[in-house]
Amino acid sequence: MFKRSLNQTLVSSTVEYIPPGQGTIGQEAWYKFRRNRQALFGTVVLLIIVLSVLVGPFIYTIPISQIDFAQSGHPPSLEHPFGTNDLGQDILARMLYGGRISIAVGIFAMLVAILLGIFIGAIAGFYGGLLDTILMRFTDLCLALPRLPLLLLIIFLFRDAIKAMVGQELGIFILIVLIIGGLNWMVVARLVRSGFLTVREMEFVTAARALGASPQRLIWTHILPNVISPVLVAATLSVSNAIITESTLSFFGLGFPPDIPTWGRMLYDGQNFLEFAPHMVLFPGTAIFLTVLSINYIGDGLRDALDPRLS
Amino acid sequence: MAKYLVYRLLTFIPTVIAISIVVFAILALAPGDPMGEFALNPSITAEVRENIRKSFGLDQPIYIRYIKWFMSFVRGDMGYSFTSRTPVIELILQRIPTTLWIVGSAYVLGALLAIPLGVISALKRNSIIDTIVTTVVFLGFSLPTFFTGLLFIIIFSVQLGWLPFIYNSSLQVTDWQSLLAQIKQSVMPVCVLTLLQTALLMRFVRSEVLEKLNQDYVRTAYAKGLPAFVVIKRHVLRNALIPVVTLVALDIPNIFTGALVTEQVFRVPGIGALLIESINRNDTPVVMAITCIYAILIVVFNLIADALYALLDPRVKYVNTHR
Repeated sequence: MFKRSLNQTLVSSTVEYIPPGQGTIGQEAWYKFRRNRQALFGTVVLLIIVLSVLVGPFIYTIPISQIDFAQSGHPPSLEHPFGTNDLGQDILARMLYGGRISIAVGIFAMLVAILLGIFIGAIAGFYGGLLDTILMRFTDLCLALPRLPLLLLIIFLFRDAIKAMVGQELGIFILIVLIIGGLNWMVVARLVRSGFLTVREMEFVTAARALGASPQRLIWTHILPNVISPVLVAATLSVSNAIITESTLSFFGLGFPPDIPTWGRMLYDGQNFLEFAPHMVLFPGTAIFLTVLSINYIGDGLRDALDPRLS
Repeated sequence: MAKYLVYRLLTFIPTVIAISIVVFAILALAPGDPMGEFALNPSITAEVRENIRKSFGLDQPIYIRYIKWFMSFVRGDMGYSFTSRTPVIELILQRIPTTLWIVGSAYVLGALLAIPLGVISALKRNSIIDTIVTTVVFLGFSLPTFFTGLLFIIIFSVQLGWLPFIYNSSLQVTDWQSLLAQIKQSVMPVCVLTLLQTALLMRFVRSEVLEKLNQDYVRTAYAKGLPAFVVIKRHVLRNALIPVVTLVALDIPNIFTGALVTEQVFRVPGIGALLIESINRNDTPVVMAITCIYAILIVVFNLIADALYALLDPRVKYVNTHR
């Protein structure tokens, strides 16, 4: 491994940086975040999407699976604002419902990735030595795995087994979340580890140790809060990453079953009707794009806001 | 330097072995039977099925099967496909030129676009050009490739009728006419991949150049009275492009796996499409071989990237962190 310059270890936000006349690090970050137009745009768009997905199905009550061949593939109209699909089902209703699943997959997969990453990174960075070597070798190994092929393979091979165990919908949800999360924790683990390596040598940690703090206490209350800001950024970006991955799986026909219309699944169904019903692809595709774009803007805004070197 | 490379080479082999074990274990532990399709065929009796199973060596324990597979893989023998009864290597070799053509041209185009754009937008930070370029880049990597691909088809094939939307791999380039057809059918898949690649790379180039612009040695160079062009060419770019070169090498395997989606959208019969077909048909030997090739590519290019970094940047010191 190379020893790169310290500023690349990404743990710069820790040292008490209180700008003249400003409040805490959090307040300062919020101040900077608010002034970032793109981040604000992202927040607003994401809020609108999340709210409409949460509340929408209660207001817009057209059933998602009502088949009506007389209305097959109709373009947007007053009755069906986003048009209908090849089976005459209402696309807006399906998107509102599917959005819940797409976003839930993103959030839960992020949680799996972050928790795994923090756990492995913290242990490796805190204890060092042989444990660190083993864990980091393992991380390197996982980074070298061809991720997309493996995802496709695992889901194809195990989906029937898990469906039989916990049921169709929940089964595939759990499988997708675990696998996307389980193949995305490596970057977080590295960030956390390099943070721990720097912070654990600082005086306040030595002081806490001298006062008799247990390893758990040192890890969770003293060191972790000081290395968390790059992890926050990584967490945000991994939500959008997971949403794209889930859509990709669905796009290969390996995601959720057809009666659960996630956005990627709708694209998969719509790709055969590009000639006479392009709206079947355009609306769900735009939904994925806008969600991912706004999350990426928020992640970028967070990165700038939490980085004290940029002021 | 030499010692370091030897050390990296020594970690290379275990990594590849470990990855192949992971893939093999997933395939072996999975429920479902690669011979399952024969069970549905009434003309194949249970006895014959057992014989086929034996001829593929499926009656032996997992670790023996793995060792056998590994030994022959090392010798370049990847076994026979379950479904088409042809050697796996032949199937893969058939598909590689198409993938290389599409992926390769996208990759070269992406690098050619990203580096100048990134440099310009960093040098003219906060100008109109910078704003436009960074916005386009942001849109570029927030657009999932399958959506970009479908959008392109809707716009250029369905609405405008300019380009064919299915890739015809049997097309032989013999004259100008067929060359034009070949280019026409490659434009969309290449553009989709180029857009993503440019976006990712440009962002990185921009941030590297920005970081180097604030360095003390750049200020010193300006203070000595060197013209801006010389400072940028000799002091900024030389340093900023070192990590870029590394990233370009590091990213090559990613674009192969990324091309999976693009191949699916445009029905390009490349190596990614072969993988998807084989996964759907439970064709274990082909899946195994392709996944391992991807893994080897990733590890090899990691190694190349590290070696390049060391070659280009004399400041880099090798610290063996694993001791």
